[in-house]
Amino acid sequence: MVMTLDELPRGDRAVVTGLEIRGGARRRLMDLGLLPGAAVHAELTSPLGDPTAYEVRGALVVLRRDQARAVHVEAHPDDEDR
Amino acid sequence: MTDLLDEAARLRRDLSDDVGDRIVESLYTDAARLAAESVDRDGAAARLTVDRALDRVLTHRVWGFVAMGVLFFGVFWFTIAGAAVPSDLLYTLLVENGHTWLRDGFTALGAPAVVTGLLVDGVYLATAWVVAVMLPPMAIFFPLFTLLEDFGYLPRVAFNLDRLFARAGAHGKQSLTMMMGYGCNAAGVTATRIIDSRRERLIAVITNNFSICNGRWPTLILMGTIFVGAVVPPALAGFVAAGAVVAVVILGIGVTLAVSWALSRTVLQGESSVYSLELPPYRPPRVLRTLYTSIIDRTLKVLRRAVVMAAPAGAVIWLVSNVDLGDASVAAHLVTALEPIGWLMGLNGIILLAYVVAVPANEIIIPTIVMLTLTLGAPAAGAAPGVMLELGDDAQIGSVLVTTGGWTLLTAVNLMLFTLLHHPCSTTVLTIWHETRSLRWTLVATLLPLALGFVVCASVAGLWRLVS
Amino acid sequence: MATPLPTPGVGPGAGEACASCALAPDAARLARLGLDPGRYSYVVALAGNPNTGKSTVFNALTGLRQHVGNWAGKTVARAEGGFSYGGVGYRIVDLPGTYSLLSTSADEDVARDVLLFGRPDVTVVVVDATRLERNLPLVLQVRQITGRVVVALNLVDEARRHGITVDVRHLTRELGVPVVATAARRGEGLSDLLAAIEQVATADDPPAPLRLTHHDPELERAVSALAQQVAARFPSLPNTRWVALRLLEGDPGIEAAVRDGTLGDLAAPTTDTAAEAAG
Repeated sequence: MVMTLDELPRGDRAVVTGLEIRGGARRRLMDLGLLPGAAVHAELTSPLGDPTAYEVRGALVVLRRDQARAVHVEAHPDDEDR
Repeated sequence: MTDLLDEAARLRRDLSDDVGDRIVESLYTDAARLAAESVDRDGAAARLTVDRALDRVLTHRVWGFVAMGVLFFGVFWFTIAGAAVPSDLLYTLLVENGHTWLRDGFTALGAPAVVTGLLVDGVYLATAWVVAVMLPPMAIFFPLFTLLEDFGYLPRVAFNLDRLFARAGAHGKQSLTMMMGYGCNAAGVTATRIIDSRRERLIAVITNNFSICNGRWPTLILMGTIFVGAVVPPALAGFVAAGAVVAVVILGIGVTLAVSWALSRTVLQGESSVYSLELPPYRPPRVLRTLYTSIIDRTLKVLRRAVVMAAPAGAVIWLVSNVDLGDASVAAHLVTALEPIGWLMGLNGIILLAYVVAVPANEIIIPTIVMLTLTLGAPAAGAAPGVMLELGDDAQIGSVLVTTGGWTLLTAVNLMLFTLLHHPCSTTVLTIWHETRSLRWTLVATLLPLALGFVVCASVAGLWRLVS
Repeated sequence: MATPLPTPGVGPGAGEACASCALAPDAARLARLGLDPGRYSYVVALAGNPNTGKSTVFNALTGLRQHVGNWAGKTVARAEGGFSYGGVGYRIVDLPGTYSLLSTSADEDVARDVLLFGRPDVTVVVVDATRLERNLPLVLQVRQITGRVVVALNLVDEARRHGITVDVRHLTRELGVPVVATAARRGEGLSDLLAAIEQVATADDPPAPLRLTHHDPELERAVSALAQQVAARFPSLPNTRWVALRLLEGDPGIEAAVRDGTLGDLAAPTTDTAAEAAG
C-alpha cells in the first residue's frame, strides 16, 4: 500500500520509495538514513501526539508530521517479523 | 580565477536544477551499498527489548510525564536532603571557626582595621560563604543530572515536549539548549549554535535565561527549604521544599514557551525549520566515572568561577557597608533608594542591591543578601559585620532574614520568582553578545526577563497584600 | 595573507629542535583558522557524526575530561588537545559532530574548512559500528578531500551487544585507508588507533583522494570536464574532483576560496611536501 510516512500507523513497517522534498531538508532526511529502499518502523509517538519516532536501520529517528509527509513509503502491514 | 566559476555556472545551467540533490543521492547510495556489503546484522535484534520497554514507559502519554516529574523531583530532593549535613560542617569550619581564626590572626599581627575588614570580613567571608553554601548541593546535583544525561534520558524529554515547542514557533532543538541552560546559561546560549535558522536561534538565546542555572539552584533550594518547607510539618518539609523548586522550574518552562510564542508572532516571525532529533540507545551510566567527570568538570569549574566572582564582590559589599556618606553608609543610601521599588515587588531594597552587586554571578546572591541584612538590617541593635559568626545553619539564616531583615513568606516566594525572572549574569550577557553580535538582541535578552520579573513580582505582591 | 617562510631542509619529525620552524607556515595557516599553533609535529582532526563517541575518543587520546553528553550536537565549540606517541607530539582538534560536509549548517562549514584549508596530517573519522550506513556518507566525503584518513570503528562493544558484526577488512579495502575497531569507553583498540594515526601521519605517499564515479552520465561528464579545468588552474591540488563537485553545486565557501585565491595557496607546495621532495 502506497502512502506517506505520516500516515503509517504506529507499530507498522514500510519501505521508503521516494522523498518529495528538495535541498537542505532532503539532505537532512538522507542524513537520517531515509533513502529509497530503507525499511522504517513507526515505533513511538510523542505523548502529545506529534512528533513520531521511526526506527530506521537500528536508529530511532524523530520526525515531525510535516517532515514525515515528504517521505513516500510502501507499507507492509503483514510483514511483522522483519 | 573567476572564469572557473563562470565555467561551473555554465555546466550547472546545462544540468537540471536538482544537480545538488543528485550529487548527494549518489553519495548516499554508495554509502548504503558499502554498508550493506560490510555489515552483518543477522544476529541483531532491531533494538534491545529493554530499550523498547523503557521507551514505552518514558514516552507514555501518562507515565512519560509522571516519570519526568519523579526523576526531576528526585534529583532536587536528593540535592536538598543530601546537602544539609555537609553544608553545616563546611559552614562551621569555614565561616564560624575559619573567620574567627583569621580575624584573630590579623588582629594579633596588628593589621589596621580597614585591612582586616576588607580582607577578612569582606573578601574571605564572602568566598567562604559561597563555598559552604554552594559546594555540597552542586557536588550532588551535577553528578545526578549528568547520570540522567549519560543514560540518554534528556533527548526523550525533548521528544515528549517537542509539540509544545513547535506550537510556540520554536525550533525542536530548543528543548536541548534549554536542558544545557539548567547547567549554565552561558553554555546553553553557546549550545544554540546547533540551531541553524537565525530567527529560531535568537528565540532560543533570549529564552535560555528561563532555565534555572546552577548559580540559581542554591537560592531556590535555600528559599524552598527555610521558608516554604517551614509552612508544613517537619516530616513533609523536604517534599514540599523540593516541590516548590520543581514548581519554579515548571513555571520556567511555561515562561520559555510563552515568550517563544510571543516572539515568534511579533518581532521574530517566520517559518519553523526542519530539524533532526535522534533518540540514542540507553547506555548504562558508569557511576564512578560520572562522579569524577562531573565533579572535576562541572562542580569545581563553576565553584572556581563563583569564588573568583565572590572575592571582589565581598570587597565591594564591605566597602559599601563601611564607607559612610554623610550620616549613613553608601549601602544604606542605596538600600533606602531601592526600598520603594523593592516593596512594590514584594522584595526589599537589600535584595535589589544584592542583585546589583552580584551581577557577575548569581551564586553569591544569598551570601550578599545575608551580609547586607546583618550590616544594615538592624542599625538600632548596632550589629557589626562580625555578627554573622553567630549563624550556624539554614535555620539560623532564616531567623536572621525574618527577625533582622523583616522577611515574610511573600519575600521568599517573590525571591524565588525573581530568581527565575531577572537579567542574566554578566558572563551570560557577554556570551549573548558574542553569539549574536547584536547590541539590540543582547539588550532584549538582558532586559526582557528583568521587565517580566518586575511585572510578575509586583502582581504577586499586590494580590498577596489584597488577600491577606 | 601570510607569506611562506624559507624552507629548511628537514621535514617534521626529523628533529625536535626544528620541528616548529619547519612547521611555521602550517602554524600560520592554523592560526588563521583559530587553532593554537603550539609545539607539535602533526595535526590530527577528529571528525564524526553526532553521538558516535567522538568526544570519548578525544578524551581517551588526550587524557582530558571533556564532558561527554549522550545527544546530538553537543560539541558545539571546537575542542583542542594534544598527545604524544612514539616520542612525537600530536595536536588534536575535535570538530563539531556532523552528518556531512555539504555546508547545510554552521557546524558543517567549520568541519569542512578545517579539513580543506587546515589540511590536517591525519583525519580520524569516528563512526558508530551499530549504524554504519548513517556514518559512511561522512567517511566518503572526507575521503574525497584527502587520503590521510583513519577510520575509528567505534562502539564495537555496543555492536556486539546488538549482534552486529562489521567486516573490517572489506571496509579497509574499499576505503583504501586503515579502519580500526575501537570501544573508546573501555579503552579497547586505542593502541591500534594510535599506531594507525602514526602510520598515516608519517606516510610519504598517502592514498589519493577517493574518486566516486556518478552513475548519472550527464553529471559524470560535467564533473570530469570541470575537474580538468580545476586541475589545469591548480596543478598540485589533490582533490580536484571534489572541488569540481562543490563548484558545480555552487558551494559559496569554495567559490569564495577560488575567488580570493585561498584555493591557490593550498595548491602551492607546502613546506613539508617540499621537504619530503628534497629528501
